[in-house]
Amino acid sequence: MNTADFFNFLKPKNELENQGQEAENQPFIPDELWVKCPVCKSPVLSSDLGENNKVCPKCGYHFRIGARQRIELTVDKDSFREFDADMVSENIIDFPDYTRKLKNAKANSGENESVITGEAKIGGCETVIAVMNSQFMMGSMGTVTGEKITRAFEYATENKLPVVVFTVSGGARMQEGIMSLMQMAKTSGAVKRHSDAGLLYITVLTDPTTGGVTASFAMEGDIILSEPGALIAFAGPRVIEQTIRQKLPKGFQSAEFLLEKGFIDAVVNRNEMKDTLTKLLKLHSNKSVFGEGADE
Amino acid sequence: MSAFDSVTAARANDRPTAIDYITRIFGDSFMELHGDRRFSDDKAVIGGIAELNGSAVTVVGLEKGRNLNERMDRNFGSAHPEGYRKALRLMKQAEKFHRPVICFVDTSGAYCGIGAEERGQGQAIAENLMEMMTLETPILSILIGEGGSGGALALAVADEVWMLENAIYSVISPEGCASILWKDSSKTAEASECLKLTSHDLFKLGVIERIIREPKNLDSIMFDSLKNLIAQTFEKLEAYDIQTLLSKRYNRFRKF
Repeated sequence: MNTADFFNFLKPKNELENQGQEAENQPFIPDELWVKCPVCKSPVLSSDLGENNKVCPKCGYHFRIGARQRIELTVDKDSFREFDADMVSENIIDFPDYTRKLKNAKANSGENESVITGEAKIGGCETVIAVMNSQFMMGSMGTVTGEKITRAFEYATENKLPVVVFTVSGGARMQEGIMSLMQMAKTSGAVKRHSDAGLLYITVLTDPTTGGVTASFAMEGDIILSEPGALIAFAGPRVIEQTIRQKLPKGFQSAEFLLEKGFIDAVVNRNEMKDTLTKLLKLHSNKSVFGEGADE
Repeated sequence: MSAFDSVTAARANDRPTAIDYITRIFGDSFMELHGDRRFSDDKAVIGGIAELNGSAVTVVGLEKGRNLNERMDRNFGSAHPEGYRKALRLMKQAEKFHRPVICFVDTSGAYCGIGAEERGQGQAIAENLMEMMTLETPILSILIGEGGSGGALALAVADEVWMLENAIYSVISPEGCASILWKDSSKTAEASECLKLTSHDLFKLGVIERIIREPKNLDSIMFDSLKNLIAQTFEKLEAYDIQTLLSKRYNRFRKF
């Protein structure tokens, strides 16, 4: 390890200086041979980054990944069965330009909406899973997003299954007006019924999780995990800076900051997420995990 | 009247605030209760117990203040997490003592600031949404002025939601919408139309059950008839057994 690398190693793993503020402009991994890590500035070989699940091997910065890749990293091979894949949004309040935006979002992401839901096995445990997708209108919550999540929870309640939700969202979808706001209440109702049935709900917050999603199902998990360095906010940093007219301190609204303030249970590295989820799911399963002789 | 006229009316300085409604409807019977028992007493939220036609009710309101000093004191009706937690504490108290809850909603939105984020604005709102959905007592929410996004919804997960004719209810402010859409926050009139935020739009969309007509001056006749309407509605809602009430409430939001 040379001196520069050593200091990078010493640096806090997740600085928000290049994150958050311009969160929406952050790059996905381009098809280039080398990528510059936006946090430690080190050049990283694309193939190395890919092998490390898009976590910078030098500083641990978590690049954003799409929903399909997230599912692949999380669920047992070939165990995913998707729900409501064909459900599509309409321009319900006739909002200017929304129809075109939806079309572009579909074309750019290859998905029909900002969330993918389904059932799968994680470490052998049957679970319902919902994964939001930042590539679709910045993961904003429209009616179909809310409907898919609500249905996933209702299915889990009916079938007595745990739910794991990966969040990434710019918040409510302005183009659906009040209908978008109503999704916060709708999803919260479904989460509450699932909770009242004694079932486990784990949320995994990823970069960025903001607005109406933070103020509803993202913060309603029994256990709330986050990826390192994720921006987690009700109001985004720019909005706050405009309101209070001062710069925010470094690291404000990072996952580590929320951990310190008591709003999340643990910050978990992407490469350890599946094992962590498996452990939690097993600890909450009805089957004894403490070996023979333990009570059912 | 255009959507933007409603926006202007909803924000007018001389518009009655939650305190006016509480005073005019419940008179001296209202006793204010303070604090969230966790951090502090958020003055953007006013709450307490009052008497309505011989029965006790819990009252919670988002209060903007009626003059500049009051507005500063009440943070212009923008609550911090402790305000939402105070509201939830009072609603839970209402559940325990089997009295219905009435919420008066008037806020440009939940406060955006350092303390609000540090103390979990998102978590506080989320918890209200969840808990109100299964609160075992009738809830009625009336939007009396501005209904600003999640900060308003946190007091509007109810069995019925009513709006004053010129109140507004929106996922984002018209200014915010205009600056995103046209990079020009002055195009508020156009944005107001797009957002479908007036009482008439929202009634058509099924988001509210009732529009309260506004006379030129919101005079005592209006408050008297509103009081009667509230009492009748609680009587109707209290006739349901709890499971029916809660399943109606769930389905009220499930349909969106």
